[in-house]
Amino acid sequence: MASETADALRPKRPPPWNDPQVRGIAYQVLFVGAVVALGAFLVHNTLQNLQRQNIASGFGFLHREAAFGIGESLIDYSPADTYFRAFLVGLTNTLYVAAIGIVLATILGTVIGLARLSSNWLVSKLAQVYVETFRNIPLALQLFFWWGLLRGSAPAPRQAWQPLPDVFVSNRGIVFPVPLHDPAHPWMFLALAIGVVATWVLWQWARRRQAHTGRQFPTGWAGLGLIVGLPLLAFLGFGAPLRMDVPALKGFNFIGGTALSPEFGALLIGLVIYTASFIAEIVRAGILAVSWGQSEAAMALGLTSGQRMRLVVLPQALRVIIPPMTSQYLGLTKNSSLAVLIGFPDLVSVANTTMNQTGQAIEGIAMIMGVYLAISLTISLFMNLYNRSVALVER
Amino acid sequence: MVQIAEELPLVPERPPPRTHGIIAWLKANLFNSVFNTILTLLALYFLAMAIPAAIRWAFIDAVWSAPNGQACRGSSGEEAGACWAFIHEKLRFILFGRFPYDEQWRPLIAVLIFIGMIVASCDRRMWGGRLGLVWVGGLAIVGVLMWGGMLGMSYVDTTLWSGLPLTLILATVGMVFAFPLGILLALGRRSQLPAVRAICVGYIELVRGVPLITVLFMASVMLPLFLPSGMTIDKLLRAQVAIILFTAAYLAEVVRGGLQAIPKGQLEAADALGLGYWQRTRLIVLPQALAMVIPPLVNSFIGTFKDTSLVIIIGLFDLLGTVNAALADAAWQGFSTEAYVFTAAIYFCFCFFMSRYSQMLEREFNRGRQR
Repeated sequence: MASETADALRPKRPPPWNDPQVRGIAYQVLFVGAVVALGAFLVHNTLQNLQRQNIASGFGFLHREAAFGIGESLIDYSPADTYFRAFLVGLTNTLYVAAIGIVLATILGTVIGLARLSSNWLVSKLAQVYVETFRNIPLALQLFFWWGLLRGSAPAPRQAWQPLPDVFVSNRGIVFPVPLHDPAHPWMFLALAIGVVATWVLWQWARRRQAHTGRQFPTGWAGLGLIVGLPLLAFLGFGAPLRMDVPALKGFNFIGGTALSPEFGALLIGLVIYTASFIAEIVRAGILAVSWGQSEAAMALGLTSGQRMRLVVLPQALRVIIPPMTSQYLGLTKNSSLAVLIGFPDLVSVANTTMNQTGQAIEGIAMIMGVYLAISLTISLFMNLYNRSVALVER
Repeated sequence: MVQIAEELPLVPERPPPRTHGIIAWLKANLFNSVFNTILTLLALYFLAMAIPAAIRWAFIDAVWSAPNGQACRGSSGEEAGACWAFIHEKLRFILFGRFPYDEQWRPLIAVLIFIGMIVASCDRRMWGGRLGLVWVGGLAIVGVLMWGGMLGMSYVDTTLWSGLPLTLILATVGMVFAFPLGILLALGRRSQLPAVRAICVGYIELVRGVPLITVLFMASVMLPLFLPSGMTIDKLLRAQVAIILFTAAYLAEVVRGGLQAIPKGQLEAADALGLGYWQRTRLIVLPQALAMVIPPLVNSFIGTFKDTSLVIIIGLFDLLGTVNAALADAAWQGFSTEAYVFTAAIYFCFCFFMSRYSQMLEREFNRGRQR
């Protein structure tokens, strides 16, 4: 009798159309089915359209001759090279401008962010005006503005401004001298590498010694000495060879030296100024997130204001700063694709030219998207690794 | 007693430092340390260099009316100040672009409707279902005004839509349609069903990993290939679809932040009440989650508004596009600085207003958490 009641009270297995598990599987099958059907429909249409327009799909076009010139390039390139090589030129240009941009934007953004926190009213207001202005204007407009300023308002090469001796600013860009190739240079790079490695070893040793004995070691000064001093010694050891490739006006343009084109300059200035306004807010928020009690405790321990910043506030602020900073770095890299607007030959503008010449739109867009996805994933991977190294270790 | 008092040297005590007044304020905020004094002097030097030069360029030496670019530059051929005559001449083209000249009152009213709706949405008393109706009605009126073809207005093709109305349409329509899509994606990303979750995560990360330009390229070049032969959609709609699909992925992440902030007890309470998934989501989860993310949603809208300037890549004439077209006029060459400063001011007004509004909301929402 008792067991019968228990059996009656036990919930019966619901019919399959009311069973959450069965329903879940059914929903997923339906959803995946719908997505696959949509994808198949699009692929089918695409194949038909391609066939009708007689466009051969595939990446075979990459081995054909590109036959278009590229204004500036970090690797050797001529129009006789293949599309693949042109694509590589675009990729290196993108990475180049993104890398320099990230470094400069971080420096400028941090300075502005600290200025906004300054106790100096004027400085903090100026920083606020900077942030509000550049954050609220579209980047594309800023790029056009700088490009117009660099090209339109700068003088012709014959009347170039000369802010420093042998540095010329004209509407062809900024031309400046570079050291001529010399046997001393590889040795100086070697000395620099040795200096960096030695500093790292020294830093590890000093940290261990401080943990054991409490005695500090001036790692900062020693490291600076190693990193600057060793290459300097190598330079002096070779008799201080200082032959420069000085630009000179020949006809309508400059010969010699190295030039930064107005396109590159406008893109870099625009990206740095725009991104720095966001980084400044991130830095400010990160530092404000560290409670004032931490600073008071540091003062009570007798730390100087520099030590307080370096040892107490920054390590805690970095935890708040790094995740949004990662997305700013990603944003800067993705925004460098706006180069196509002002004609700097980055990945997108090279691929755009390729698509126009060959009609291989799908392949071109797939390659751009693949590259940006790879860059995005790499940057987030590295920043996540770094984030883990500074994250709070809880018991 | 008297003698002791006389022997002590009388040192007059200095008055306490001022705490009120301009001098005290200057001392406390500008000159409170050597470093700050140097910074203040540097900043003052910078301002003394920059402000008079800027005022001279923008006002004193500026040319306010001239028949053409040559006249603006004066006899020397060098431009002394800003040539606002260029803006004066091209104002209607910059704002409304290639929309038929005699019909430009229509986009003007459309812009005013947009501004009215944005301002109305900022009033918290308006929030609710009624506001949705206002937006649907407003967008319908804007559509009628822009397309025409009825009520005695001539038909205007979307290829002629340009300038500020186009920017506003792309941004607001993009946001209105991306919002529900973003909510669905965010719910999908937090779903218990692995296949749904995988597809949503894949979509969100894919779109967030590529620049908007590539999505726009895709819409303009690849979308025609995706469609069955014979079916075409116009360029504006293609750009609009790209902006919606792109924005939805970013909104999904914003909404996810709100979903994650809801305490588990709320979900358990909903389950205990016997609510199903959609009832729980509609009645318990979303009202709380969306209220929490309103400030970042406003920031997303600012981002979308700025990003619409990229549609010039696929040949649409939004506000930035009409400015560039105006600059190409041979009679008025070389006034890019004036043109971009003017356009930047328009963008700035919209974005600054909205970002201030989102900061104000954030402060108000956090008031309960402040002690």
